[in-house]
Amino acid sequence: MSSIATNEKIPNNVDLTSDKRLQRALEEWQPRFVDWWKEMGPEGFQEDQIYLRTAVSVSPDGWAHFDYVKMPDYRWGIFLTDPIKDRTIGFGDHYGKPVWQQIPGEHRNALRRLIVTQGDTEPASVEQQRLLGLTCPSLYDLRNLFQVNVEEGRHLWAMVYLLHTYFGRDGREEADGLLDRRSGADDKPRILGAFNEPCQDWLSFFMFTYFTDRDGKYQLLALSESSFDPLARTTRFMLTEEAHHMFVGETGVLRVLDRTCELMAQDPNQDARAQGGIDLPTIQRYLNRWYSVSLDLFGGEVSSNAANFFAGGLKGRAKEDRYEDHIALDQTMTLTMVKDGRLVDEAVPMRNAMNEVLRGEYIEDSQRGVDKWNRLLAERGVNFALTLPSSRFHRQSGIYAGIHFDPAGKIITEAEFNAHKNEWLPSPEDEAYVKSLMTKPVFEPGKMANWIAPPKHGIKGRPIEFEYVKRSE
Amino acid sequence: MADTVTPHGQEPIRFETHPSRYKHWKLAVDGAVARLSMDIDEDGGLRPGYPLKLNSYDLGVDIELADAIQRLRFEHPAVKTLVVQSGKDRVFCSGANIYMLGMSTHPFKVNFCKYTNETRLGLEELSAEGGVKTLCAVNGPCAGGGYELALACDEIYLSDDGSSAVSLPEVPLLAVLPGTGGLTRLVDKRKVRRDLADVFCTLAEGIRGPRAAQWNLVDKVVPRSKFVATVDAHVQTLVAQSTRVSDWEGLVLEPLGATYRSDGADYRHVTLQIDQAAHVARITVRAPTTDTPTGATALREQGNALWALRAFRELDDALLNLRFNHETIGLLLLETEGDPAKVLSSDAAMFASRDDGFVHEVLLFQRRVLKRLDQSARSIFAFVREGSCFVGSLFELSLAADRTYHRDDPDAESPATVQLSALNGGAFLMSNGLSRLQTRFLHDPERPAKLLAECSIYDARAAEKVGLVTLAPDAIDWDDEVRLAIEERASISPDALTGMEASLRYAGPETLETKIFGRLSAWQNWIFTRPNSTGPRGALTMYGQPERPEFDWRRT
Repeated sequence: MSSIATNEKIPNNVDLTSDKRLQRALEEWQPRFVDWWKEMGPEGFQEDQIYLRTAVSVSPDGWAHFDYVKMPDYRWGIFLTDPIKDRTIGFGDHYGKPVWQQIPGEHRNALRRLIVTQGDTEPASVEQQRLLGLTCPSLYDLRNLFQVNVEEGRHLWAMVYLLHTYFGRDGREEADGLLDRRSGADDKPRILGAFNEPCQDWLSFFMFTYFTDRDGKYQLLALSESSFDPLARTTRFMLTEEAHHMFVGETGVLRVLDRTCELMAQDPNQDARAQGGIDLPTIQRYLNRWYSVSLDLFGGEVSSNAANFFAGGLKGRAKEDRYEDHIALDQTMTLTMVKDGRLVDEAVPMRNAMNEVLRGEYIEDSQRGVDKWNRLLAERGVNFALTLPSSRFHRQSGIYAGIHFDPAGKIITEAEFNAHKNEWLPSPEDEAYVKSLMTKPVFEPGKMANWIAPPKHGIKGRPIEFEYVKRSE
Repeated sequence: MADTVTPHGQEPIRFETHPSRYKHWKLAVDGAVARLSMDIDEDGGLRPGYPLKLNSYDLGVDIELADAIQRLRFEHPAVKTLVVQSGKDRVFCSGANIYMLGMSTHPFKVNFCKYTNETRLGLEELSAEGGVKTLCAVNGPCAGGGYELALACDEIYLSDDGSSAVSLPEVPLLAVLPGTGGLTRLVDKRKVRRDLADVFCTLAEGIRGPRAAQWNLVDKVVPRSKFVATVDAHVQTLVAQSTRVSDWEGLVLEPLGATYRSDGADYRHVTLQIDQAAHVARITVRAPTTDTPTGATALREQGNALWALRAFRELDDALLNLRFNHETIGLLLLETEGDPAKVLSSDAAMFASRDDGFVHEVLLFQRRVLKRLDQSARSIFAFVREGSCFVGSLFELSLAADRTYHRDDPDAESPATVQLSALNGGAFLMSNGLSRLQTRFLHDPERPAKLLAECSIYDARAAEKVGLVTLAPDAIDWDDEVRLAIEERASISPDALTGMEASLRYAGPETLETKIFGRLSAWQNWIFTRPNSTGPRGALTMYGQPERPEFDWRRT
């Protein structure tokens, strides 16, 4: 028995102890992962005891095991949801045939690319957020940040498991590559642009976990329909964890809004900034930025890759069984294109529009949280509503990239865009102000920074004053 | 009547351009270093219907590239190193535009590949014969024709940024072959192991990072942050290695000012005449009207007016016009007119100053034009008759022809003769690395030197006897012989003729060039017309469509 790849150290339901190939791969990769975590994981908290949830099995009581642990000792595990008996392919040209337990050669490269692209986002987000702990608004939030971070680490493990088990030497090299790239690095940047932007403040973190992690949710939903059964089962389990990240984002923004309303009520001019809070227009601008960046992650509106992935049965639609036609060959989708400076509707073959289908679902889902936030504002008697900008606004990839739109989606000139840029997107002054609120961490149990309200409940029935992070000094 | 549409109803393609009109390239010259940056205008395609996304190219892009290389040769003699790079941030070049290929006719596809091949071979000649070192700086994905462009450079530097990769995805993605010599250059030029090449050519996403250098797909892999500095430093080394003769003033190439007609074109020294109904074209090249002065200085002073340059530029343009705008013309008749002594005067002056930088470039250019003639998929007949001047450099036209008819008419006022000049001795090598005389007399390798030494003037019978012409009909038979030859040729299947001619024209050794063109006209031509690529369910047809291709699994 090897010293590293034990069931004790690596909780799993993939029969690790009898899988020689996986053991061999993990023997080399696991120490490199820990080195990466120490170098690029949360800065300044590696020796602290964190009250974290660890998945130790897929059973209902096993996936949420809570205890104090030092992050480098966290037991990153490998879990797949239990197989569905006689599962058949749910979409595309192979519809109705048995799902694959091994990768068909024909789809090997495409699947590897999908898995590597998904896998690359997981360590990237840990890197983007590595300095946030130093300015945490409370121990509760600090712990949530670390929970998100260790789970992104586990999602990396989940993708690495697939690479190690099904892709041979190439897979091992790609798994190493996932630890070699660095968010924002000049030489070895992460694959997707949005994951090379640093996440420098907590408002951005909440927006990221609400909007960008929600992209992750939809990518995982689409991959969980895959004909490649191990990928489908892996991503299904990841979805249970992803839900917590979005909870952190949704409640985080909600608590910021709550506090802002409170501070506005205290101020003679209703000025939240005067009271050391974050004003609503600034929150809207942060929302605009992170939402538009996240929309880019879905890929081109018209995409031959998306068509190939769907046709080949590699990546489906979110909750494919809600659709009636799983072949999607005779359908079209109407997209708003830009032709000669005007918006025109054009029908695109449905398969080529699959990225847009997924983006559409995402937009609907994103709106739900915004509605909740607006209900809070209404309850507090504040006459302001947050809105999602048009999906054409501020896009860096796809058919709207390189063209300027206002938040309502109307085409405008570059000059017009620049004239209003600071009303629509965080200005350097906004960023400096938000950062100025977050210069020091709040480590006293139960205390909150001035710009955020306390949560309604603690974690796992613990009180809000609970010491979620035990500092080592 | 002005030539505004081709017989096939499209706006004719023109091959002359100028850096001030480039849509897709930027040519920047700074002392001994030139940089050609590919920054393709998405909406600047030659024909409507295919946006040129991600630095993908069509013929219009390559016409500009060919023009830029030509201008580097003549207008910028100080340049000793050329860097080919991308003008876009996140992509080098994604190759020929797939939708453009999908929409194009078969003859256009093949002619497109042929032209791009000629441009890339010209780039290699710029280094091998012109002494200009070439470096391809690949910063971003470099796929298909993009990598083939890189392969045509002396060296390839690849940025190691996690996403820059080189690839030849044609086989796995489109079910066709890389059309610009990619496969051949991989194993013949870069000497990539064939088993590794097999892996590489079936891996659509290509190879990036250190492995690209390990496999010799590129020469060096450089971290992104050091890429620009490393390329710049190496450029200085290459400048020092260059053997280019730079002691001459550049010559700004003037427009040819041709008059295009619906049935041909008129130039100063050349006329193209099309007979659409008969599927026949006639190109007439006229001799200089004056003697050519001797000495490099005098030749340079002639500049754009120098006959050897001007007449061959016009011939080049006429050949391209014929290829792209007159697809159905199957037979090309070559004629010459004028005083043979004037041609020989030009040849003698050129030969005497052949080591001069400028004259060297003109001779290389003539060589490329003659290769373009060899590569033209048309039957070529040359007619030597009274008033013609098939001597020296113009006799190469006759040697390039599939047949030469020499009119035997001793009673004529001045019977037609042919004659060689020193330039027939090796100034105009063919793709097979031999002169046309050597290729002609493969069975008697001593004969070219003997004929060159004799320097005789041959009348029809003598020319036929020594093997310089094919047939020498007499004056009584001439008209019938010529008419029958033309009619007979025009009746045979154009496909079979193209294949036969291409097989017969390149006797002798195989070179990289002959392999590239041979494989293009054999394998690629065949694959392009097979259902697996261009049939209703073929991979090229289905590319970007919601459905997947279907293959006929029988191996041929």
